[in-house]
Amino acid sequence: MKVTIVDYNSGNISSVINSFEEVAKNKVNIEVTSDLGKIKSSDKLVLPGQGSFKGCVDALNKTDGLTEALNEFAINNKKPLLGICVGLQMFADVGYEETETKGLGWISGKVSKIDNQNGKFKLPHIGWNQINIVKDSKLFRDIENNSHMYFVHSYEFVPNDKNVISATTDYSSNIVCSVEKENIFGTQFHPEKSDKIGLKIIDNFINL
Amino acid sequence: MLKNRIIPCLDVKNGRVVKGINFVELKDAGDPVEQAKIYSDGGADEICFLDITASNENRDTIYDVVERTSKNCFVPLTVGGGVRSIDDINKLLNCGADKVSINTAAVENPKVVLDSSKKFGSQCIVVAIDAKKNGDKWEIFTHGGRNNSGLDALEYAKKMEDSGAGELLVTSMDRDGTQIGYDVDLMNKIASKVNIPLIASGGVGNLDHLVDGIKLGNASAVLAASIFHYGKHSVREAKEYLDSKGIPVRV
Repeated sequence: MKVTIVDYNSGNISSVINSFEEVAKNKVNIEVTSDLGKIKSSDKLVLPGQGSFKGCVDALNKTDGLTEALNEFAINNKKPLLGICVGLQMFADVGYEETETKGLGWISGKVSKIDNQNGKFKLPHIGWNQINIVKDSKLFRDIENNSHMYFVHSYEFVPNDKNVISATTDYSSNIVCSVEKENIFGTQFHPEKSDKIGLKIIDNFINL
Repeated sequence: MLKNRIIPCLDVKNGRVVKGINFVELKDAGDPVEQAKIYSDGGADEICFLDITASNENRDTIYDVVERTSKNCFVPLTVGGGVRSIDDINKLLNCGADKVSINTAAVENPKVVLDSSKKFGSQCIVVAIDAKKNGDKWEIFTHGGRNNSGLDALEYAKKMEDSGAGELLVTSMDRDGTQIGYDVDLMNKIASKVNIPLIASGGVGNLDHLVDGIKLGNASAVLAASIFHYGKHSVREAKEYLDSKGIPVRV
C-alpha cells in the first residue's frame, strides 16, 4: 500500500511527514510529492494545510492539474483521503479568511472565523482540547471519547449537512473538529502533534 | 474545554542543554533530544528549545537537535533564539519545528513578524518578549537581555499582535532564574491587552508559581525550565497539582 502526503507548498509539513513515517515504520510506503501521476496511483492521500485558507487554495491552484487530480482521487475513484487543519477546511465550498475564496466543494459548507465573543476567548484557539465523538468513525477506532487533541486555528468549518460531523470540541462555541463523508476524512486538530493518541488516529487512517 | 498548557523549556547551547541563571552562569544538563523525549512522554503539552547564545554564535547545531527531536516527539515543538530572518524560520520549520519564537529581530524589524506570519501562518509565529520593570512600566530588552530597547512592553505586545504574532512568550527579566515566581502583574497586564494567547515565563521555583501564572497572570500556558530540569518536579506532578487547584489541564 502507498500513502501519499500531498506536498503543495502549504506550509510546514515536516511534522506530518515525521508522524506518518513513525506510524508506518517500513510496513507502509509513505511518499511526499506533488507529482500528479504518483498522487493518482496512491491508495490513500493526506492533504495537510497550514496558514490561511486562501494561501492553501492558492498553493493548490499553482500546481497545474492538482485540483483535478484530487477530485479524481477523492470524488470519482472514492479513495480514502485525510485532510488536516486547513486541509480539512478546503473541503468546503467557500472560505472567508483574508478574502472570500472558493474551496474544493467536496463537503458543502463554509469556513468562517471563530466567534471569540468580543474578545472573551483568545484566538487562535491554541492547545489541547477534548473531542466529543458524535459518530462512529473508523478514524476513532480505539480512541476514547473526550480524548485530548492539539488544536491551532482561528477559523472553523461549518458544514451544511450535520451528518458529516464525526467529532466536535468546545471552545467559545461548539466547533466541528472532525468530519467524515464516505471516503473523505478530515480533522481540524493536528493528529501529528497530538502525542500517542494522535498517532493512533494516523494508524487508523493507514489501516482503513 | 481548552486546557492550560505546561511547557518545559530547554536552554540549548552548542547542541547541549544548559541552565540559565539570569542568562549568565551556565551548567550542562544533558542531551536535548533525550530530555525532550522524557518531557513529552511525561505529559508535556509542548516542548520549547531556546538557543540562548545564538544571537552571537554559530547556531547550526540547533538544526540537528530540532531534526532529531521532531522525529522522536509528537507534541508541538517551539524553537527560539537567534531567529533573525524568514530564511532562519524556514530552516527551523523544515527541520521539524512547529513554531518559531522571534525576539530581538522582532524589535529591530517588526516587518519580520508581519512577513513571516503571512508566509507561514500566525500559528507558527511566537513573539518572545523580554521585559524588565522600570518605575511603573516595563521595557523591552533584546540580545538575551543585554540591551534595553526603551520600548514599552504593553504597547509593543499589542503591536506584535497586530503584526500577526500567534502567541506571545513573555519573560520577566527581573524574575528569570530567581525562582521567586512569575511577574504576574506584567503577565496579567499584557494578557488583558491582547487577544492572542500568552505564555508566561521567568521565575518559576515551585508548583504554586505555575498556578499563579494562570490564575493571577491570566496566562494560557506556563513555561518553566529549572523546576523540571533537575528532577525537582516532573511534568506529571505539576499537572496533578494544577488539576488539584481547579486549573484545567490535560491529564
